[in-house]
Amino acid sequence: MPTEAAELVFDEATKVYPGRDGAAVDHLSLTVPAGEICVLVGPSGGGKTTALKLVNRLIPLTSGYIRIDGTQIGDYDVTELRRSIGYVIQQVGLFPHMTIEGNIGTVPRLLGWKRQRIRERVGELLELVGLDPEKDRRRFPAELSGGQRQRVGLARALAANPALMLMDEPFGAIDPIVRARLQDEFLRLQQELRKTVVFVTHDVDEAIKVGDRIAILRQGGTLAQYDTPRQILEHPVDEFVADFVGRDRALKALTLKTVGELELSPATEDGLPRLPADTSLRDALAIIVAERRDSLLVTGPDGAPLGVVTREDLLK
Amino acid sequence: MTGFRLADGGGPVVIPDFGHGTACLRHNHWFCKSWVADNWGDTLQPALVQHIYLTLLAVGIGFAISFALALLAFRFRFLGPPFGALGDVVYCLPSIALFTILLPITGVGVTTIVIPLTAYTLFVLYPNILAGLRSVPADVLESARGMGLTRTQTFWRVELPLAVPAIMAGLRVATVATIAIATVAAFLIHYGLGAPIFDALEHPDIFRTELLAASVLAILLALAADALLALLQRALTPWSRIR
Repeated sequence: MPTEAAELVFDEATKVYPGRDGAAVDHLSLTVPAGEICVLVGPSGGGKTTALKLVNRLIPLTSGYIRIDGTQIGDYDVTELRRSIGYVIQQVGLFPHMTIEGNIGTVPRLLGWKRQRIRERVGELLELVGLDPEKDRRRFPAELSGGQRQRVGLARALAANPALMLMDEPFGAIDPIVRARLQDEFLRLQQELRKTVVFVTHDVDEAIKVGDRIAILRQGGTLAQYDTPRQILEHPVDEFVADFVGRDRALKALTLKTVGELELSPATEDGLPRLPADTSLRDALAIIVAERRDSLLVTGPDGAPLGVVTREDLLK
Repeated sequence: MTGFRLADGGGPVVIPDFGHGTACLRHNHWFCKSWVADNWGDTLQPALVQHIYLTLLAVGIGFAISFALALLAFRFRFLGPPFGALGDVVYCLPSIALFTILLPITGVGVTTIVIPLTAYTLFVLYPNILAGLRSVPADVLESARGMGLTRTQTFWRVELPLAVPAIMAGLRVATVATIAIATVAAFLIHYGLGAPIFDALEHPDIFRTELLAASVLAILLALAADALLALLQRALTPWSRIR
């Protein structure tokens, strides 16, 4: 399997559990382009997790195909397939009896890497996910907080530099503040790593924030809509999708853009509330409403004023 | 001590001569240092060594059998209930009865003691090993599978190491219990620390120094074995101390 990001294709992928009525995943067809994050989202019973586990064959397909860079997953040896795909789950599933180094080094050891190479890789990854490469490598999972454990889970999944990552509600068990930070860091990492990622969540806001594309699954495992976050928010294909993304979808769409991306008018007025250029349109609107103003002063990273944004600009 | 004999079968029973001993012995005090010093080499020390040997043998064999049975029950779930039921039956037999039943079959020898002792360890060790192997959290097993560990690798690298605390807890209980039950075995077979204890009890006035010395040795042996295993567990599972 390639180590650069791989294209992932679901082609009429179907899962029917024996003894159960109806399919869990029903003729799912979608393509995740190499290097993009595809978020699977939907109500429970929508088969998101099942669809994810079909890819690394933790659950066997009933019919249809899944291809990674054109090769069917069934053509790979199952352990080789799994070792070449990063896998992150909500409860992390770190090995409690191994140090952080032992945990992160799991797949490289299975692949027979040299000790020195594993040591270096662990240090590199700890740094990447914001942990201390010297101190934290010798600690045990029980010594870490939930957020730190999930970072280790991410590092462990990235250890052998997989072309594809499967993430099953990775931030679902973490409190909202830490979750937001982990999401931001994950997106920053992704800027750099450009993996192909399938990301399962039940949280629409997380889907909009994280996804390059969002696949909305409905009850019974059928695909309701597969599109970019903007398309889904602005043009939901039906009632179900519109309902699922919520009545505030117009407001959610405002989170997709920052004030810095707008055309700003020159500053003429003094004493305007200031806000940094990377503020989302939604937060800017919230400030305008709260402060009863018509415009705000946008500032650059160094605090220098860039220009003024008005209420009309935001709502355009 | 050479050979074996039935404890109640006569022969040269070592009973001190109260009349010609020290004042301490004549008054049958609880602890006469001189007697312990004089009889350490030919009575107490050999009995202690025999006791340790019995315990190691019973726990060692018991552990090997328990491990094999637990592996079978872990791999083939349907074997769990029948193994467990069989264990309950044997565990309910009084130890003296079991020793007596075996006597005509295996004769007067260490085997007659080791078989029941081993049988008792099974029913502490087997359920502990099995419970330990089954205690691995589902998310840990799922991540192991998802990362591409084979069934065998999952067993050796994940399930077995995580079962060590439960296994060690079982070993501690089994060892201490074996040390205790082994003293009772001397009721039939003159062997181990039970031998001087029964010798002392056989005397009409009960020979207190011998009774106390041998009993204290058995208690110290149990405590030492427990402490040693506890240390071993700490060394084997540094991760389990963090909570």
